[in-house]
Amino acid sequence: MRAQADDGLPAGPAAGEQTREVTLRVNGVGHRLRLPVRRLLSDALRHDLERTGTHVGCEHGVCGACTVLLEGRPVRSCLILAVSVDGQDITTVEGLAAPDGGLHPVQQAFRERHGLQCGFCTPGFLLTTVAFLRETPQPSEEQAREAISGNLCRCTGYQNILASVLRAAELSAGREEQA
Amino acid sequence: MSTAMFGAPVRRHEDARLLTGAGRYLDDLGHRALAAAFVRSPHAHARVSDIDVTAAAEVDGVVAIFTYEDLTGRMAEPLPLLIPHPALHAPRTAYPLARGEVNHVGEPVVMVVARDRYLAEDAAARVVVSYDPLPAVVGLPAARSARHAVHPDVPDNVAAHLVQAVGEVDTAIAAAPHVLELDLEIERSASTPLEGKGVYARWNSDEGSLRVYTSTQASTSVRAAVAAKLGLPLVKVDCIAPDVGGGFGVKIVHPWPEEVLVAWAAQRLAALAPEGIKWTEDRWEHFVSSAHERGQLQHVRVGFDSDGRLLGLDVTIWHDNGAYTPYGIIVPIITSTQLLGPYKPGAYRCEFFSLYTNTVIVTPYRGAGRPQGVFAMERTMDAIADHLGLDRAEVRAVNFIAAEEMPYDQGLIFQDGRPLIYDSGDFAATLDKLKALVGWSDFQAYREQARAAGRRVGIGLACYVEGTGVGPYEGGHVQVETSGKVMVATGLTSQGQGHQTVLAQIVADELGVDFDDVEVTTGDTRRFGYAVGTFASRAAVMSGNAVALAARKVRQKALRIAGEALEADPSDLEIVSGVVRVKGAPASAIPLSTVAVLSNPLRYAFDEAAKAATQFAVGDTSKPPVAEDDEPGLEARDFYSPTQSTFANGMHAVIVETDPDTAEVRVLRYCVVHDCGPLINPMIVEGQVHGGVAQGVAGALYERMVYDDAGQLLNASFMDFLMPYASEIPTVEIDHLETPSPLNPLGIKGAGEAGVIPGSAVIASAIEDAEGFVIRRMPISPSELFELRASYAAGRVPGLRRTSGERTDPRTRPGHSPDNDSPDNDSPDKET
Repeated sequence: MRAQADDGLPAGPAAGEQTREVTLRVNGVGHRLRLPVRRLLSDALRHDLERTGTHVGCEHGVCGACTVLLEGRPVRSCLILAVSVDGQDITTVEGLAAPDGGLHPVQQAFRERHGLQCGFCTPGFLLTTVAFLRETPQPSEEQAREAISGNLCRCTGYQNILASVLRAAELSAGREEQA
Repeated sequence: MSTAMFGAPVRRHEDARLLTGAGRYLDDLGHRALAAAFVRSPHAHARVSDIDVTAAAEVDGVVAIFTYEDLTGRMAEPLPLLIPHPALHAPRTAYPLARGEVNHVGEPVVMVVARDRYLAEDAAARVVVSYDPLPAVVGLPAARSARHAVHPDVPDNVAAHLVQAVGEVDTAIAAAPHVLELDLEIERSASTPLEGKGVYARWNSDEGSLRVYTSTQASTSVRAAVAAKLGLPLVKVDCIAPDVGGGFGVKIVHPWPEEVLVAWAAQRLAALAPEGIKWTEDRWEHFVSSAHERGQLQHVRVGFDSDGRLLGLDVTIWHDNGAYTPYGIIVPIITSTQLLGPYKPGAYRCEFFSLYTNTVIVTPYRGAGRPQGVFAMERTMDAIADHLGLDRAEVRAVNFIAAEEMPYDQGLIFQDGRPLIYDSGDFAATLDKLKALVGWSDFQAYREQARAAGRRVGIGLACYVEGTGVGPYEGGHVQVETSGKVMVATGLTSQGQGHQTVLAQIVADELGVDFDDVEVTTGDTRRFGYAVGTFASRAAVMSGNAVALAARKVRQKALRIAGEALEADPSDLEIVSGVVRVKGAPASAIPLSTVAVLSNPLRYAFDEAAKAATQFAVGDTSKPPVAEDDEPGLEARDFYSPTQSTFANGMHAVIVETDPDTAEVRVLRYCVVHDCGPLINPMIVEGQVHGGVAQGVAGALYERMVYDDAGQLLNASFMDFLMPYASEIPTVEIDHLETPSPLNPLGIKGAGEAGVIPGSAVIASAIEDAEGFVIRRMPISPSELFELRASYAAGRVPGLRRTSGERTDPRTRPGHSPDNDSPDNDSPDKET
């Protein structure tokens, strides 16, 4: 074992590590923080801001669990450096429900149609679906399948996720009619 | 029973938190913990000649670097052999960090602890390990040839050799009118949960205690293993499985090197790591240092009569167990016993060799050896049917164990060390339902129609029996709080199966309370210390019955106390929506919350409710406040420990289309008939089937572990390991049978693994049917099918006797009498 001699650990980035001050606007709230330039957006959300709803399944951009909305568009937060999104709007799964706790129609649909089991991939599917339904409010089954075919799930076999997406479209349409 | 939650498709309790980002998985904990990272072997087989950490130690933020030389006490010993077996004559387990030798790419060699993961990995990259490479043993042919040994003291690479037999198989086959032989092969895949492994440990210096969070399927046993390794009393160690992002078997293995190392380092570095130490596995690590499954070679020799009835079945299996055997030989034992499926084999002999290779260890992945066994048996059934020119479903039916023959003793010893006795099942009924669901009898018309349109389609089926709910036991604790809330705990863990929902359904019914008033905790040793774990489709059977038994005890106690309060006979009482009332006189009632208050005689009135139970308020002054054989509190615990497993079964049928040009295989329909006894929650059971089928399709058509000859895993990423997306997975059509088990109070059987089991078998059956030549090796990619077509055209691959498409089968012999052809070696392609 080679332990460091000093008894206290310096806080913050390591010596010589390049850092930058940025504002991460997450779910409508700005957070000013100094980050190492190499910090992934997924890590900044999860470990610097402690918003752990965004999950990391592969860290190479394939599984989609870390999907967040950046200026409304779905992106893989494990492939983005946090300092590169200074000031941009980021939506994570924590930002989907209403302030009173009411579930977003997409969340509601996943609950109704058993669109999740272990829940690890779920935030990525939710945000992918939110963005998809904004562009395609009344999707066909094939369109819905295509839309979720960039996200991996190991539990559900996708059948109930697909049903959830279609149900979410129904619920969203219903809400608009009510509004 | 006042409510009817059992059997209802109740929406899940878990979802409220999992849908809102409020789940807590391993890496969501310990934000201020130090981070561990590992230097792993880049070689499949090598001696470690030197480790130089000088440059690594200079990285700012590094706290400690450990090699094997630093390990002390029991940490310096090999990891435990979890499941010893007399046939496992040469068990080998790894050291937590390599001791002078590495046996697979990915084996941990050095542990680095640093302020965060980035810095830990910076340092790990600067550790210089010098290796002297040794010849790598990769794949079963290399292991069998024993030209090189994985472990020098196991020169034949054979870790285990086991023979089980019923009857005189050689005699039976020699006397059989027909004999066939098949050589079969199944490749590796892996559980591949979306969340990898991870462990977070924190030493409490004030209490001298350790808390370990780990993404495991067996928290009580991790606790025991860590306590043993660290020499701590069990009561000084807690182990908690938080939300776990999928398991599928890989997380039943324990303790992983990282679990003991992180716990050990957390204690050792306590002064530098007051918030503990955490390690979160990355995807590459999961591929090369967790576990795989499935890889087997099989040889089948079968004798049968002219109806296709099995007379003798002789199977030899070569099982690739990877570099070490920490989980024993459970997988090949299951293959060799569950191979029999719903059939009576006549005389049966199964011999397996479990072999070392310089690859990642092999431990159960959902299905756990059954997919390979079912592959062997169902390929054999198809071969028999084709040989005799009989319908494939008919050949299966003639071999079924009849419903009235239950319980049926197969005469073997199962994976739990108990006799393989099927408790119930109606296989003929299952097959009838499947044929109706898929339209078995109408398929020829569909095939003709497709053929006319230039399309090539095939149909296949496969049957299985699955031993579920293996012992030794699980327990449950049920407590009614004075708020009326019912807190339930069981020791086994959850990885997405919805235990918090189904166990709450069971308790709600047993106790007569509202489902939403029941809160279930799993996998937390602080709440329940005795458990086995979540594997073998056992959680619902084991913990379901355990919490039911505990709830029944609580109910009895509640009725007794309420009877005293209401001056009524307990047998005249019922509990409806959390209120105990006199049957037929609902005005005479007392809420369970009040019963809970009364169950605990008090001196101090700490709240309004407590006033009712204080010493001047209640009690017969001639009796002790708590009777001699009683305990305070409206709570109970109980255990369920069955004499043997309960056997679920199912049958799958699939229709595939193979592209005449590209050889791409498309699943057009996937039909499942499943019998796991009464369904607690059909929505959840169907979800389990969907997920299992997806893994079955994945293992049949997409997934494999591609090792090169040097033992490098070439596809260790989600870019290269083809885990299917929604675009690849078919819609699953499901029908159920609900044959109760006579073995447990709820009559239930396990359902978790079922969907995956016949995947490779059923898809091979359908591809074979579409193509007209034999399929003996799975998974199969389009390029492999393309090459098989060429081999078939060149006469190197045997065709089917029945015609398929417009092909002329070179092996079809018109007018051929099947009665003079024994023995007939139906040996397959060996070219790849």
